Amino acid sequence: MLDKNGIATRIAQEVRDGWYVNLGIGIPTLVANHIQKGMEVEFQSENGILGMGPFPIEGSEDADLINAGKQTITAMPGAVYFDSATSFAMIRGRHVQLTVLGAMEVSVNGDIANWKIPGKMVKGMGGAMDLVASADNIVVAMMHTNRAGESKLLPTCSLPLTGVGCVKRVVTNLAVLDIKDGAFHLIERAPGVSVQEIIDATAGELIAPSDVPEMTL
Amino acid sequence: MSISKVVSGVEEACSGVEDGMTLMLGGFGLCGIPENCIEQLVKLGVKDVTCISNNAGVDGFGLGKLLSGHQIHKMISSYVGENDEFERQMLSGELEVDLIPQGSLAERCRAGGAGIPAFYTPAGYGTEVAEGKEVREFNGKPHILESALTADFAFVKAWKGDAAGNLIFKATARNFNPMMAMAGKITIAEVEELVPVGDIDPNEIHTPGIFVQRIFQGKSFERRIEQRTVRPLNSPS
Repeated sequence: MLDKNGIATRIAQEVRDGWYVNLGIGIPTLVANHIQKGMEVEFQSENGILGMGPFPIEGSEDADLINAGKQTITAMPGAVYFDSATSFAMIRGRHVQLTVLGAMEVSVNGDIANWKIPGKMVKGMGGAMDLVASADNIVVAMMHTNRAGESKLLPTCSLPLTGVGCVKRVVTNLAVLDIKDGAFHLIERAPGVSVQEIIDATAGELIAPSDVPEMTL
Repeated sequence: MSISKVVSGVEEACSGVEDGMTLMLGGFGLCGIPENCIEQLVKLGVKDVTCISNNAGVDGFGLGKLLSGHQIHKMISSYVGENDEFERQMLSGELEVDLIPQGSLAERCRAGGAGIPAFYTPAGYGTEVAEGKEVREFNGKPHILESALTADFAFVKAWKGDAAGNLIFKATARNFNPMMAMAGKITIAEVEELVPVGDIDPNEIHTPGIFVQRIFQGKSFERRIEQRTVRPLNSPS
């Protein structure tokens, strides 16, 4: 079973040389720490930076330089700042090759819910709806089950949707799964996790070949 | 001969703001917010305003100050997470909230300033954001019709500005400020440094002064950090 850094490590393997990548808040942010050395990749943060770098050295933080999670960051050489309309033109216009974001629920037809729990405080969708509606390549990073132990991979989402039919790949603490033809397809198992454990933790239809390779991390 | 937009200070800049008006406020989180104008709106005590702003500040700072004085009737935002008073007023029904996707919010402001009444976007299709909105397919993909936003007053914060209202923003403090500057009937720019006309290279201006009606140098900027994240001195990058 993977921890959050393990999930991020596996997702980092999805990143290709020369890609622009948007990372959401939480586990997706950790992906930046696991990119293969020597790869040319630029991170976009939708509040208006391309070429986002690591957190600043203590004492050098700048209130005017933050990411979409409102955290202080740095800019890499070659970075650029822009306004929010330009930022979402990059996203909507499909100039960003990969979007990684978290989810509360994902369904067999690629629907995603990650912004609202009815009856609880609604914080808003931020840029998530724009991101999922436009990106060609969306990878969801999440735990396979919620705190109550219930599957987050469902026949249909029960929570209000963020986007429909948009998620193609999910990486969880248990597995890598692709979504196609109205089902989850088991691609890889996390180290030490059996196919049966994944079947038990997946509520939506799961297609699992007899031999499923273990992730190489 | 350039047209001077300079006003004496925040009092003159905010004159004419009245109860019930629609206001746009630039900024993302607490980054690039018009701090001086928000203070003045608190002093003026204007009520029942509709605020269009990506976020709603935090308790006691930014738009949180207007919220604690019950001055806001409605918020139009994409993310409002970090504010207990906001949550209380929203759950009790005192505050009306319209949540819209961030890219749609940015584009709706840009459209408002650019004379485009509405546009189609894929963001929000199939979600509750699409309820009541026209759906149309382009290239086999469904889109929803989103309308432009404008405001009686737009408040923006820039790093440098000149007397003609030309603005330069710093780093990610740019965010929503340029589009909101375009979409305000009266746009007020508060800047950290107000310079004479001619001091800014025309190649480097982000927002042309035509979009700005009033400009002044802010008295003070707290520039509060919402999430201070750092790494130790000797850590690898």
